[in-house]
Amino acid sequence: MTTWTGNRGLMLEEPLLFERGAPDRCGVDLPDVPPVASRLGGLERHRPIGLPGLSEPEIVRHFTRLSRQNYAIDMGIFPLGSCTMKHNPRLNEKMARLPGFADIHPLQPVQTVQGALKLIDELATWLKRLTNMPEVAMSPKAGAHGELCGMLAIRAAHDARGDARKVVLVPESAHGTNPATAAFCGYAVENIPADARGRVDLAAMRARLGPDVAAVMITNPNTCGLFEPDMIAIADAVHAAGAFVYCDGANFNAIVGRVRPGDLGIDAMHINLHKTFSTPHGGGGPGSGPVVFSAALAPFAPLPFVRRTGDTYELVEEAQALVSSDHDLSVGRMVAFHGQMGMFVRALSYMLSHGADGLRQVAEDAVLNANYILRSLEDVFTAPFAATGPCMHEALFSDDFLEGTGLTTLDLAKALIDEGFHPMTMYFPLVVHGAMLVEPTETESKASLDELIGALRSVAQRMLAEPAETFRSSPFLAPRRRLDETGAARRPVLTWREPALVEAAE
Amino acid sequence: MRYLPLTDSDRASMLRTIGAPDIDALFADVPAAARLDAPIAGLSHHMPEMLVERHLGALAAKNMTASGGPFFVGAGAYKHHVPATVDHVIQRGEFLTSYTPYQPEIAQGTLQYLYEFQTQVARLTGMEVANASMYDGSTAMTEAVFMARRVTRRKVARVSSGVHPHYINVLKTLTRFTDDEVATRTPDFTPDDDLAQLAAAVDGDTSCVVVQNPNVFGHVADLAPLASACHAAGALLIVVVTEVVSLGLVRSPGERGADIVVGEGQSIGNGLNFGGPYLGLFACREKHVRMMPGRLCGETVDADGRRGFVLTLSTREQHIRREKATSNICTNSGLCALAFTVHLGLLGEAGLRKLAAVNHARAVQLAERLAGIAGVEVVTRAFFNEFTLRLPVEARPVVRKLADRGVLGGVSLGRLYPGVRDLERGLVVAVTETATDADMDAFEDALDEVLA
Repeated sequence: MTTWTGNRGLMLEEPLLFERGAPDRCGVDLPDVPPVASRLGGLERHRPIGLPGLSEPEIVRHFTRLSRQNYAIDMGIFPLGSCTMKHNPRLNEKMARLPGFADIHPLQPVQTVQGALKLIDELATWLKRLTNMPEVAMSPKAGAHGELCGMLAIRAAHDARGDARKVVLVPESAHGTNPATAAFCGYAVENIPADARGRVDLAAMRARLGPDVAAVMITNPNTCGLFEPDMIAIADAVHAAGAFVYCDGANFNAIVGRVRPGDLGIDAMHINLHKTFSTPHGGGGPGSGPVVFSAALAPFAPLPFVRRTGDTYELVEEAQALVSSDHDLSVGRMVAFHGQMGMFVRALSYMLSHGADGLRQVAEDAVLNANYILRSLEDVFTAPFAATGPCMHEALFSDDFLEGTGLTTLDLAKALIDEGFHPMTMYFPLVVHGAMLVEPTETESKASLDELIGALRSVAQRMLAEPAETFRSSPFLAPRRRLDETGAARRPVLTWREPALVEAAE
Repeated sequence: MRYLPLTDSDRASMLRTIGAPDIDALFADVPAAARLDAPIAGLSHHMPEMLVERHLGALAAKNMTASGGPFFVGAGAYKHHVPATVDHVIQRGEFLTSYTPYQPEIAQGTLQYLYEFQTQVARLTGMEVANASMYDGSTAMTEAVFMARRVTRRKVARVSSGVHPHYINVLKTLTRFTDDEVATRTPDFTPDDDLAQLAAAVDGDTSCVVVQNPNVFGHVADLAPLASACHAAGALLIVVVTEVVSLGLVRSPGERGADIVVGEGQSIGNGLNFGGPYLGLFACREKHVRMMPGRLCGETVDADGRRGFVLTLSTREQHIRREKATSNICTNSGLCALAFTVHLGLLGEAGLRKLAAVNHARAVQLAERLAGIAGVEVVTRAFFNEFTLRLPVEARPVVRKLADRGVLGGVSLGRLYPGVRDLERGLVVAVTETATDADMDAFEDALDEVLA
């Protein structure tokens, strides 16, 4: 049925800000401008900017209507594998908004921000103890930025000893950021094959190691949701070849409190505070990606860092200000200031809430929930590594079971949308056909898992039994049907223009 | 534990379904040498909300807040009043607890505000396109330098001495192992930029010239001659804006010939947060769009012909291109971009212009007052809401003494340029709409007293 408005009951259409607002409307009452002689040097703006303004009630309504077109963890399970969409505790939000954290400037004199520096030091201590690593760099702004920080330190460490290695080995199943980061640091990237069990092929990796290999980048647990049982042997072989082990810590949430990466022989690992430690994903950021370092890489950690002397904290911002030699080989500054303080507060709030005992339970429940999903679906879905034993925090399936139907992972994901769920991660990792990576996290109840399992089984069974055409057109019940992504890329429209201008141009 | 829904009986029943005798069996792949049998030592155990609040509240209470007294600190991060509506909107669970919009049918809320954000940023900077945000201003600037290398296939980036020194340091770190060459120098303590020298230095190896405007001393310069020099030599002009409110009053970089505009968007919608999370802005000319880094949201239609939005041009990105990607960046600063869009939507054209005018007028007032203190000279001639003083003594200890008197009185050039003797008497002072007459009185009196 169609309506005059285009709305369908509570599913409300909403135009753009630019179609709602007016340049002379304003939702903020501002003080009058004191009369002074301009000191802008004659560089005042003359042309209009073209910004619409809205009153406060209009703005609240606009964004509330938009918000209702989003799926979110607050609404239901968000089983995106590798992304770790766990509940975001509201206490963390409250703590991050304390004026003593939210309303302080990064360049205030350090005597006025001792509590903030102490918080960073406390969080650093948690991260070091949870990983059994001696050093941590707090400033990287996201996982990929942390990865870059870690790989820069590895490159700097090789350069410092005059060792010009050229190659970084990355498993085929790695996140795309891994090869992108290694290439950015000037390395050629070579794949390491996986074995039939979905793990790094230790023999193949050993055979490739040599004096030209600078580092091996490993995700553990890996992106198939499996722990690398040979991790210590891998690290020993890498070190024997004079190279470093970089660990992508995206999946640390599976082992936090139960396994310390430092005990596995890694040299650097970023920790996504927005995954393991529950800081909100916010529709794609901001994240936060501190990096822990081994003793061998600690001298290369970036600036600035917090140093504690007795009860006083200082912020070491410049290499020439160093009095000891602990950071004199630093790779330098990664960001303008000191990192994602707002995320540090949230992450520490989460850690204090769970404690060392609760974090251990977090890993256990995350792994238990994933295995429950794996074993509840493996009779219908193809589960390529299920026979090798338990998974960690996420369960990997392929779309092989749909062979012959003409339907794929994409169709299944879109049908799941009509069932009221956000789909799992699709087509990643690249090592299995039509990958579906399901990560429930520890904050889902058994009832919630059962509901997802029921929907997945139902959709899969219908896809095997009913005409394919229905499924190629789903979703039917979402705010939008399938969107034309090809057209969007072929003829990109990235900003709004007044319709009259668009017509004139065409 | 309040965040964990499973009960012991749930766990037992799920283990039966799985066919595992106990939870340890699920961790069987972990080498025995690395298995921990008990909670990690040296860390506290779980705490109720009340105790967490008490602990963190005590840490927060040790800090001197920007709103707690006279406050004039800037140099890349600015205190502005953020309307209550902004925080309300960004705390809606549908925004706060959603992910990157990989399933556009159920993420139109995020995608539409990103499209609105891109349009706002493009218009504000005077450019044709903008991306969906980056980590912060410093990383956005670095990405702009890399983009200029891709566009021009040249590798020398000439960076003005007026660019924030932290930004330059980030650029130096991230170009250590790339083919880029960064040419820059320490600034002189004069009211002028080095724009004329840069215009003279642009040559056939130059990929880009990077200037900040207003610069780190607060100086506002005419960029048009430099833009002409860049374009004559086939180089790109990258303009960095660290105080985005200035664009409400100062002519846009696009009007003045910029090819790429990057900036720190914190000033609109986002608090100081001790340095992060912040909001990197990135805008450029449409002809370079396929060379841009970062996420892009584009307009399209759905199967029923209705307008909708998707992430687009992702073939530039790491998850598709892997080692050949334009950048290794995966996330943006989505929620900070939302805060920006809400605040700027409330302000609108009229509000932003007025806000900028108030900032400028307050800064002019304070500059005139401080110039009256014996031995104090206002070095910056043309400025927006920030200017640099030359004090009769080293500024860094003065800042500490002002703080002892309850005044956060700016950023010393000694902190920004440690060890540079020529700059050590410089103090960068920022004034926004939040500064009251009483705040200015207190600053003037305290500075007078400290220098006496």
